[in-house]
Amino acid sequence: MIKLTNVFKAFPKGGLALKDVSFHIAKGEFVFLTGHSGAGKSTVLKLVYADEPPTSGEVRVSGFNLSELRRKDIPMLRRRLGIVFQDFRLLEDRTAEENVAFALEVTAARRATIPARVMRVLTQVGLAAKAQAYPRELSGGEQQRVAIARALVNEPTVLLADEPTGNLDERATRGVFQLLRDINASGTAVVMATHDLDLVRQAPYRVIELQEGALVYDSAVDELRDQAASP
Amino acid sequence: MRLVLREALLIFRRAPLLSALSVTTIAFSLFAVGLFGLVAVNLQQALRQVAERVEIVAYLLPGTPIESITLAQKDIEAFPEVASATYVSEDRALARARAELVEFRDVLQELERNPLPGSIEVKLKAGFRDAEHVNDVRFGRDWVEKLDRLQQIAAAVGLVVGAAFAAVAVIIIGTTIRMAVLQRSREIAIMRLVGATDGFIRRPFLLQGAIKGMLGGLVAIGLSYGAYVLINRWLIQAAFFTREQAGTVVIFGTLIGLVGSAASVGRHLRRV
Repeated sequence: MIKLTNVFKAFPKGGLALKDVSFHIAKGEFVFLTGHSGAGKSTVLKLVYADEPPTSGEVRVSGFNLSELRRKDIPMLRRRLGIVFQDFRLLEDRTAEENVAFALEVTAARRATIPARVMRVLTQVGLAAKAQAYPRELSGGEQQRVAIARALVNEPTVLLADEPTGNLDERATRGVFQLLRDINASGTAVVMATHDLDLVRQAPYRVIELQEGALVYDSAVDELRDQAASP
Repeated sequence: MRLVLREALLIFRRAPLLSALSVTTIAFSLFAVGLFGLVAVNLQQALRQVAERVEIVAYLLPGTPIESITLAQKDIEAFPEVASATYVSEDRALARARAELVEFRDVLQELERNPLPGSIEVKLKAGFRDAEHVNDVRFGRDWVEKLDRLQQIAAAVGLVVGAAFAAVAVIIIGTTIRMAVLQRSREIAIMRLVGATDGFIRRPFLLQGAIKGMLGGLVAIGLSYGAYVLINRWLIQAAFFTREQAGTVVIFGTLIGLVGSAASVGRHLRRV
């Protein structure tokens, strides 16, 4: 599904954003990507959604080899991914419904099917009643739900979430996190970058930790090794 | 398509001043072409009239008997080069002058004696030889050539001035696109994230460029028509563009808009 092999990424002005990072995320997994600010979490996600190419190493996502990806194929890759950010990235002059529909319209989805698909995901994130509201009329948590609905509407195989709860209060954080767990439970893989360790401890999911661009801990690998080492 | 149109109109709504500026520049560029075009069209029409009317006028001595005239007419028509020879009597010449030379109507009205000679107007196939009773032979070749050159100059000046304006219009449209792209950079980034192709992102910009160009063309036709009405009222009887010619101006405007946006949008999208 997502496979990084010996990936290096250099900063444009020198220095390494990622140093020899390798991991594999399987279909349907839920993975936390943790580490301090600047550890490389966002860089990993950017490589996965082809916002930037790796300097060296191989990145494979959903059947695409990103080192060989042509510019015109990037949209095809992104249609298989759902992407959510800390700052929501909603269009201010469109309603919740229009923001979600937008993701379908740009991908040439069949026009007649759009309203029903939009309502379905808005219902799924618990915002059907606020479909006509503009982002400024919604709370942070609600805006993030709209963003998640937009990410889901194309039925992605992976949901990438870059600090999705970074701007939310505790209650909204719990709600959004629960929503991501529900989405994962229905079969979509979720990769969630976060530095909120409380959240990480709440759930028994795999944790990949980065430190200054290097992968220092991967619970899938390290726990197996720990188990093997213990008598 | 509806979506593309909606997005294109959104660009207008967000930068109405800049959009108006692009439309105006295109309009003026085409208006310049249009004015010189009008001159060219009118000269061409004048030329055609000259060519169609009389190629040779044989003025007759006053008092030439009608029998001689008829004979001369027959003689002239007998030439294989002559298409037709028409006798214009002195009275008819005066009547025609009254009808055509509106400016001199008063003078012509008050004449006591008809000063105009009778003539034989000869349309040629090719060539003409002198015949009996012919006083003077005039052939408007010099005039035809001068008019022809004038028409070519008008057309050339129109094209050069129009091209200069068109270049300015392309640059202004490029600038408006640049600003529209920058203004919408957030939106474009989101479109890319959800998997919009470059072509999809580009299309509304191209469409709004084309619409601006078309509006510019229509305004230019309107301005030209205004100029035509004024000229007609105060200066001379003139002709206006045919529907096809007017259509060409509008199509040309659309193309300027399209080229201006196409040249700019790809370059700026890559930077966002």
